[in-house]
Amino acid sequence: MFGYLLRRVISGILVLLAVSFVLFTVFAKGPAQPALAYCSKGVCTAEQLDIIERNLGLDQPLLQQYGTYIKGVVAGREINSGTLSLDCNVPCLGYSFKKFEMVTPFLLDRFPATLSIALGASVVFLTVGVAVGVISARNRGKPLDRGLQGFTMLATAIPYYLVALLAFLFLVSKWGLFPTTEYVAPFAESFSGWFKGMLLAWLVLGLFYTTAYVRYSRGSMVEALNEDYVRTARAKGLTDRRVALKHALRAALVPVVTIFGLDFATILAGTIFTERIFNIQGIGLEALQSIGQQDLPVISATVLIAATFVVVSNIVVDVAYAALDPRVRL
Amino acid sequence: MTDMHHPSSTPAFLEVDDLTVRFPTRDGVVQAVTGLSYKVELGKTLGIVGESGSGKSVSSLAVMGLHDLERTDITGSIKVEGQEVVGLSENRMRKLRGNAVSMIFQDPLTALHPFFTIGDQIVEGYKAHHSGVSKKTARAKAVEMLERVGIPQPNRRVDDYPHQFSGGMRQRAMIAMSLVNDPKLIIADEPTTALDVTVQAQILDLLQELQRDFGSAIVIITHDLGVVAEMADEVLVMYGGRCVEHGGGKEVLTHPEMPYTAGLLSSVPDLVGDPRERLHPIPGTPPSLLSPPRGCAFNPRCGYTHLVPGEMCTRELPPLESGGRGSAHLKRCHLTDSGTVLAEQLPVYAGTAMDPGEPAGPTAEPDPTPKENAGE
Amino acid sequence: MSEPLLEVTDLVKHFPVKSSGFVRRTIGQVQAIDGISFSIEKGESLGLVGESGCGKSTTGRVLTKLYEPTSGSMKFDGVDLAPLSQKQMLPHRKDIQLIFQDPYSSLNPRHTVGSIVATPLRTRQVVPENKTMDRVKELLEVVGLNPEHYNRYPSDFSGGQRQRIGIARALALQPKLMIADEPVSALDVSIQAQVINLLQDLQREFGIAFLFIAHDLAIVRHFCPRIAVMYLGKIVEIGDRDTIYERPHHPYTQALLSAVPDVKQAEVGGRRDRIRLTGDVPSPINPPSGCRFRTRCWKAQDICAKEEPPLLQIGRGPSAGTGHQVACHFAEPNTSIIATPQSHSA
Repeated sequence: MFGYLLRRVISGILVLLAVSFVLFTVFAKGPAQPALAYCSKGVCTAEQLDIIERNLGLDQPLLQQYGTYIKGVVAGREINSGTLSLDCNVPCLGYSFKKFEMVTPFLLDRFPATLSIALGASVVFLTVGVAVGVISARNRGKPLDRGLQGFTMLATAIPYYLVALLAFLFLVSKWGLFPTTEYVAPFAESFSGWFKGMLLAWLVLGLFYTTAYVRYSRGSMVEALNEDYVRTARAKGLTDRRVALKHALRAALVPVVTIFGLDFATILAGTIFTERIFNIQGIGLEALQSIGQQDLPVISATVLIAATFVVVSNIVVDVAYAALDPRVRL
Repeated sequence: MTDMHHPSSTPAFLEVDDLTVRFPTRDGVVQAVTGLSYKVELGKTLGIVGESGSGKSVSSLAVMGLHDLERTDITGSIKVEGQEVVGLSENRMRKLRGNAVSMIFQDPLTALHPFFTIGDQIVEGYKAHHSGVSKKTARAKAVEMLERVGIPQPNRRVDDYPHQFSGGMRQRAMIAMSLVNDPKLIIADEPTTALDVTVQAQILDLLQELQRDFGSAIVIITHDLGVVAEMADEVLVMYGGRCVEHGGGKEVLTHPEMPYTAGLLSSVPDLVGDPRERLHPIPGTPPSLLSPPRGCAFNPRCGYTHLVPGEMCTRELPPLESGGRGSAHLKRCHLTDSGTVLAEQLPVYAGTAMDPGEPAGPTAEPDPTPKENAGE
Repeated sequence: MSEPLLEVTDLVKHFPVKSSGFVRRTIGQVQAIDGISFSIEKGESLGLVGESGCGKSTTGRVLTKLYEPTSGSMKFDGVDLAPLSQKQMLPHRKDIQLIFQDPYSSLNPRHTVGSIVATPLRTRQVVPENKTMDRVKELLEVVGLNPEHYNRYPSDFSGGQRQRIGIARALALQPKLMIADEPVSALDVSIQAQVINLLQDLQREFGIAFLFIAHDLAIVRHFCPRIAVMYLGKIVEIGDRDTIYERPHHPYTQALLSAVPDVKQAEVGGRRDRIRLTGDVPSPINPPSGCRFRTRCWKAQDICAKEEPPLLQIGRGPSAGTGHQVACHFAEPNTSIIATPQSHSA
């Protein structure tokens, strides 16, 4: 177990190094001249550009720049820019000259909002999705199942941003059925404010993912219900309910957990539409804005964070697998 | 079935009468079992023999009430200890399942849940039929059952998962599971097909031993004539969803009266006799249950239809009736003295019935003697 | 005697077992085959029997180089195949063909029967392209299928017919040796005999040698004049069929035969000797010392744990000169395992 984890963590770090290096190279060699972004109104003389590049360390060889960046992530570094000299603490993801802020604390500040969205939406789509999937599978072929499947199909066909936008416009703005969406810190400020502010985002994002989870869990539940061991369980004289919820569901959950791990990581990395439409200051919104402003340190940081979540969730999923299935040994 | 004469008239534990099982599908109605009748007494073993698609497993799942009733039409009667099971509510049926009647499945690896311990799975059936079982009692029960089926160190093995057991031990655990409520009827569906021969022998011995000790009735379903020969007091041969021959075990296997049974016997090689002798396969393939042949289901593969006058075999379903060997031996064959004919011709039973001009389509197995048409 | 078609000497196949730690060290070996020797003459069929995990299927795969042998030699037609690279093996591949157990998974469902059988012909270019389909039809006819069905898909055929397609494919390159790994065990009883008869016809007609791997002792007896019995990666007894079935010397062979449920045995009043083994086959990762069968053997004594019994020629009595070999410290014939009508009267 320990050896396995160590191996996975090391390979995960290698993946992240590769991602960051590719990212770094693309930005450095790409058409966007990073220094240009720091000129007032995007116009600089060649001399001004030189100065900015020297200040940013962009005149150094690529590998050296990358080394400095990685050192910052691991050990922190000092950022010098002309007259400015700042301590960038571990994990240092750079300094945004657009926002005049350190990237790490800036994103950390935005993270709770995104985490809130991810947690709440997951609760919604896991409970509703799996429950509906199980109901659908247990009634497979019957009108109820067909109706549920038709509905999820329909729901999947509508673009998410449209659903979110309409929900916001009608439920909040027009009818006022839901409170205005916003992020309120649950512990520092108000728990009920947090809940109210997030509720619509949770429901809309949650229900959007629900359609997919109905399909996954229905599929794997139907498969599990056809397993020999389910027939054995029935032959013992157990109730259908117990057979479905203990024997079949336990097996059906395993593939769902795998997909959930990746979905959760993706949501954590920022839900751009959700944050934009419901006006929640999360990582996704920052990523969107930084792209608009060509704020390269912030863009790289968000990409790196997303990759980290995917790597970590993969490891977590594997551990969960071993916990669910006694045949799997790590 | 009015023409049904049971080999014995003592009240039986299980009485199946004119059982018919149909599965309506998009392609038509699958006639899985038609007009099946048999009885099993306590302490006796009935062997049901047949190939895949013969209806042997379907009929036993009906006894257990394990078919999805929304996709299955079951008519006829199944009486367990005098109680009618066909049409019984799910709740009442559940009280029988795993209690008075239990089942052993073919492949213990897939029939046991991979995520739960052997002990949990054994005890689960016990708890389902006994209320207020403490954890301690439950565990003790599981250990006791494992011990009964000959698992070494049951105290330790009770906490193992199925994948930690060998194939033979898994089947023992499966048997322990089925015995936990002291069933009076055990239905074993191909209980040894997935096992090696030496382990198969152990499992068959165990079943016989348990039957001796507890006096249960056993229905053993298998395609293996050898297993039937060793285990069964009575044999029922199924073909195309119907019983085609029924009688005492040794009687049926040594003096078959139905050409299909004789064909099965002469197509399997055995451990005695001249090994250089050519096998005599049954030509063709088992019938489609969606559109079974008219008349006798076996007629397209039978080598004796020419002996029956008036093309009866293709026109009329033969009744299940006693042949020349007494009322306890039933056969479904138009040939009046089939027993004698088969006894004479058994060694030369060869597949000459197929029309050579018939195309070997998806359902028809080609003529198995390629040398004749190889043209080399 | 001329040189045998296949001569296997001290063939070993071990699969490494890796630890689950950070560095995946090899912590053991699955001793799937551990030093087996046998030979097959041209046109002869040798049966390889044993229970699951005895190494019989691995043997078939090593012989076709689907697995690389760990050590030992396998001389085929005078050439040792063991050290050959996959590329060097290529010219020999057509001479050794495999027939698989499962006729459902061994045929590509998206290819027509014609193209399945034609593939080996095309890759080897043994017949001109314009003659390929003629040859395919010929092959289909040889295995008893309607040659006009060459453009159908495997799903249009029954299990027995699919197995015939697999046989036609194996036959396409006119191999000298066919390795049939449980060729009928997935088929219905009434179909098994059809396929067995077909294989026998082909063997006689084309003089193909067979390595017939199966767990069914009655079928092996019917198909193979010579039989090798394997247990945990070793050959424990090898000999002609009369010797193996009527005078088995190794306790395992005796137990195996005694365990087979057989209709004809019931007829002649059951077995005279009933041998029941207890327990299961031990793990091939850590096989017992000395004789591997000793943990389940009723004859086992101290020497069995200390010394591995070599596979020795049995030279006395009626088995002399039949190439009968047994690996047991206490080998002795048992003629009452199978109650044949003859042995009854004897």
